[in-house]
Amino acid sequence: MSADTLPRIEAPARRTGGPGAKPKAWGQIASQVFLIVASVLWLLPIAFALYVAIRPYSDTRKYGYVSMPHHITFQNFRDAWTQSDMLHFFWNSVLITVPAVIIVLCLASGVAFVLTRVNVKVNVALLILFTAGNLLPQQVIITPLYRIYLKITLPHFLSSSGLMYNSIFGLVVINVAFQLGFCVFVLSNYMKSIPGEMYEAALVDGASLWTRFWRLTVPLCRPALAALATLLTTWIYNDFFWAITLMSSGNKRPVTSALANLQGQFVSNQNLIAAAAMIAAVPTLVVYILLQKQFIAGLSLGSSKG
Amino acid sequence: MSSASQVHDPAAAEARTEVPARRRRRMRKMTPRDRIVVAVLLGIPLLLDLAFVWFPAIGTVLLSFTKWNGVGSLHTKSCVPNMPSILNNGCVYGIQNYHQAATIYPEFWPAVRHNLIWLAVFVVIATPLGMLFAVLIDRGIRGSRMYQSILFLPVMLSLALVGIIWEFVYSQNYGLINTVIGRNGNDNAIDWLGNPHLNLWAVLLEATWRQAGYVMVLYLAGLKAVDPSLREAALVDGANAWQTFWKIVFPVMRPINIVIMVVTVIESLRAFDLVYITNKGINGLELLSVLVTTNIVGETQRVGFGSALGVVLLVISLVPISIFLYQTFRREEQS
Repeated sequence: MSADTLPRIEAPARRTGGPGAKPKAWGQIASQVFLIVASVLWLLPIAFALYVAIRPYSDTRKYGYVSMPHHITFQNFRDAWTQSDMLHFFWNSVLITVPAVIIVLCLASGVAFVLTRVNVKVNVALLILFTAGNLLPQQVIITPLYRIYLKITLPHFLSSSGLMYNSIFGLVVINVAFQLGFCVFVLSNYMKSIPGEMYEAALVDGASLWTRFWRLTVPLCRPALAALATLLTTWIYNDFFWAITLMSSGNKRPVTSALANLQGQFVSNQNLIAAAAMIAAVPTLVVYILLQKQFIAGLSLGSSKG
Repeated sequence: MSSASQVHDPAAAEARTEVPARRRRRMRKMTPRDRIVVAVLLGIPLLLDLAFVWFPAIGTVLLSFTKWNGVGSLHTKSCVPNMPSILNNGCVYGIQNYHQAATIYPEFWPAVRHNLIWLAVFVVIATPLGMLFAVLIDRGIRGSRMYQSILFLPVMLSLALVGIIWEFVYSQNYGLINTVIGRNGNDNAIDWLGNPHLNLWAVLLEATWRQAGYVMVLYLAGLKAVDPSLREAALVDGANAWQTFWKIVFPVMRPINIVIMVVTVIESLRAFDLVYITNKGINGLELLSVLVTTNIVGETQRVGFGSALGVVLLVISLVPISIFLYQTFRREEQS
């Protein structure tokens, strides 16, 4: 929006010219220089890790890591992938992230609908309850949560350990419970912007509450749901804390927290660690390239309260 | 709408006088099926939120007054002083956990100090830097979209990954910095992540690298929502860019400023992943969040003590949370 309006604002200012024009030009140059320097600094760590990853170990040992490339290879990626069983960890991430995102969005849109469109007496209090829950630092709840997870038994098909602790199911549950608050907050703000006339019209047609929710509200919330899905996928995929604390064994962990183990496994070969790290970044980079707009829209929806 | 409903209503003629009452009732009274739908839509998530977020949060507070190693059961008897800890288990310990944390737990005050430094760096450097990025990009200079994409890139990466990526930059013998400044020998290498006087600052640079992009994206959204006519008016009145921002734009963005304040404080309390992936949060990288974790998942479980540390985090985090909730929901309570 401001991208179209800003040049229009600046145009007359420039036309007035005179002494005012010069500082503006200098300001432009200074901004450009500052942003270019920042961009280079921001890319440098990632570029360097990528550079380490595409060079063979023999090369870097001989010439050092900060040196001209003598050979370029993708062998590190192949080795990191096969030697660390990354496919397995990626599959764990999928098993946690996909159900968690779907369940959070279903539950949150239900709550948001009830809290915005049905006159429940305590709806503001409930909205506060959900929102505040998401703002707590995870460490505030981890101690009892850890004990609870050790106490709850699960049927064998949900958890091979027989406990909520150390199970994929357990991680889905905590990710769902913890992200609920944020989604409820965002979706209820979004649903408030749906004009009331639409619901009155639906009522006239005799639409039941469920129909008003599922056939009217959810389709209208599609942009918000898409943005939230992108955001949540990234967040849950990137989660490190829950997986480290609520899972004991390495082989059930999702890929993000398994990286810590890989670091130990490849401790003598930094090139392989770099390659594994780059592989683990691929899903988020795909989101970054294809769905950046959605991701940013999700963040903005959460921060801008109408 | 009322006329339309009368047309549809078969008993319209006799119901006409009753219409206002009916409409009111329609909002309140739902069919039994509607009630079940409400109960399910609200009930399941509420139960989940209460059971796995709020119940543990209250549990942390209660457990912080006990002494418990996680084995055996909790009871309401007070702990007996001067008894071996094996016999004093699951008992009520009063404020002893807090007292011990503040007096004899060597990691506590360093952790508090590190958390405060973390917060200070976020407040003084990361957040203003992100705001500056946003303001510059929002002015629509050439290449702004590209700058935004680049500065935003670290936000996508998990903190664990950020920690690993930066290890190549900081490494003693092969790292980017030491090689460039020529300090990668065995005798003169700078141990950025190992030296307890340096490593907190090194990790804070990593954290700032990511946080600034996050703040930038949030702030950009806020800036785009500012009514452009406000700025035009300021320009007509002869305000320069600096004045326009501080006198016009910044006050209008009060809600987003509060969101960013909350994000800044909460993220610095939550800080965990980076130090954990670097060295598991020891030797200069102690943080409250790490201490909570090591006291419950370590070999010696001190559930009560770990909870007391968690309560410290809870109390601090309640300040920004309350401000945010007050600012956000004040209007709704009034209406």
